[in-house]
Amino acid sequence: MMAMPMESPISFTNVGRIRWWQRGIFASQTGYVLLALAVLLVVMHFASPYFFTEGNIQNVAKNFSFIAIATLGVTFVIITGGIDLSVGSMMCFSAMITSMVMTELSSPGSAAGSLFVHMAADGKTVLANVPGLILLLSILAGLGVALLAGLVNGFCIAVLGLSPFVTTLGMLSIVRGLGYVVSNGRGSFPGGPDADYFYALTSGDVLGVPVPFIYLVVLALAMAVVLHHTGFGRHVFALGGNEKAAELTGIPVVRVKIEVYVTCALAAGLQGIIISGWLGSAPANMATSYELNVIAAAVIGGANLAGGIGGPLGAIVGCVLLEVIRNGLVLAQVSSYWQQTLVGVIIILAVLVDRIRSRMI
Amino acid sequence: MTNTEATPVLELTGIGKEFGAIRALHSVDLQVLPGEVVGLMGDNGAGKSTLVKIIAGNFRPSHGEIRFAGSAVHFNRPVDARGVGIEVVYQDLALADNLTAAANVFLGRELKRRFGPLALLDHNAMAARALELFGELRSETRPDDLVKQMSGGQRQAVAIARTRLSNARLVMMDEPTAAISVRQVEQVLGLIHRLKEQGVAVMLISHRMPDVFAVCDRVVVMRRGEKRADKPIHQTSPEEVTALITGAKEAA
Repeated sequence: MMAMPMESPISFTNVGRIRWWQRGIFASQTGYVLLALAVLLVVMHFASPYFFTEGNIQNVAKNFSFIAIATLGVTFVIITGGIDLSVGSMMCFSAMITSMVMTELSSPGSAAGSLFVHMAADGKTVLANVPGLILLLSILAGLGVALLAGLVNGFCIAVLGLSPFVTTLGMLSIVRGLGYVVSNGRGSFPGGPDADYFYALTSGDVLGVPVPFIYLVVLALAMAVVLHHTGFGRHVFALGGNEKAAELTGIPVVRVKIEVYVTCALAAGLQGIIISGWLGSAPANMATSYELNVIAAAVIGGANLAGGIGGPLGAIVGCVLLEVIRNGLVLAQVSSYWQQTLVGVIIILAVLVDRIRSRMI
Repeated sequence: MTNTEATPVLELTGIGKEFGAIRALHSVDLQVLPGEVVGLMGDNGAGKSTLVKIIAGNFRPSHGEIRFAGSAVHFNRPVDARGVGIEVVYQDLALADNLTAAANVFLGRELKRRFGPLALLDHNAMAARALELFGELRSETRPDDLVKQMSGGQRQAVAIARTRLSNARLVMMDEPTAAISVRQVEQVLGLIHRLKEQGVAVMLISHRMPDVFAVCDRVVVMRRGEKRADKPIHQTSPEEVTALITGAKEAA
């Protein structure tokens, strides 16, 4: 009765192997959008002699990095089958808090400031007691508010069961409103003795490579490892594939959901802080409607709004494609008003091609 | 085939369940022996699914006692039932389509390797173990293929392989043959035989008479929340079981 387990390997007589070009990246939207991007780059090279100049490539790299980090975060959320519309407001609010805290801690007259700075002997220059400490605290404050907003999003969606669309639409408005409240609508500027470090860390470059691009590459690699080589990443995909199955197999669904919304908010916050370094200020209307660019980039790059599909490469490819088109239209001296129209066409085309491809297989 | 001397893997005594004023189950006694395949049949509302949910830990019984492998158990959550060795293969299989077969088998209990502070997934070990399990089930399923590209029979194999991972001693299958093709039904019944060969007790909840008569050692018929029959399969007939299910025959 108790037969020994079969030790002989199975022979696959009826089940063929899926060919390499029908699996992995080759069979994904990310794959052919990447191909389209390559074609576009070649076309651009022949269309404009300026495209592949060092200055222009630096420009493109910098510009797409300005939305790509937030796109990585939103991709996490989209893979679980959710959506986060609050990223644009989040960018602004984090940037604003960061520069306000920095300014506050850098004013020698204030109660908090007297702990961190002192006046130089000339009576005009403000010096930091510990160089870099103000910068660190202000960035932590900016990321801290993002963390809180992400927790609220996650709590409402995972614990209270509200729809992600409605929750984050509400958060979009709440966070934008709070930004106006704390700044009185005036916006704020990073200032004080650590401002130079701040600018170096957000809009500087290392050996000609813009720092936002370096952050992006590091974060994208980290995201790839997390998504494909950790239990958390596996659970993120499972949640997007079949939430009920995830629950039945004992995956901590609530925790994973809260974690993705927090991750997304933190990515948006970091992105906002970097943008404010490049702008030199955090105006109260900063990054308005950026959530649409970010989500568009994620979707073009192959993240599926139905959940279960997406990744860092797709997020970056989507951002690069959008930026190359924008850049290309400028170089071709096409009115920049066409840009938005074209982006819309590309979103629909990318999803349409994916639909046709999945019908063919 | 069954050994009457063995300790029953599952023993229910006087199980009852009320939902408010509704009596869903009344005084059900049931024994399942290791390596035995028991068919659980009954019309909709007969109490089958309540009984299954009590055994799986979704509900607590209002009355009665559950003994598993000889000792009394109390389940508060499905995880508790899984902990002692009761696995359920759900009707919709609870698979994530976008993941590979191996990923689904190990969902929620991934194998990991430590790299300093990081615990990373051990893809090779999971694929190898999954291939072994598919081999035991004699299912031609590749661990690296996505579930979305698989046939209904292969999906069943993935769901069943998941129960083998934890060395379950009782597997309950909820309508495993309800929505698949004839050839795939053969495969699933084959899978049930594999489980039986390895000493696993199986409870098959099904509406399909031919399947129950093809694989089960014993058939239990529920009607109006009570057990109306509990007979070795060779002492009954599809006609008798149908009569018991519909109430044309009260009890046997």
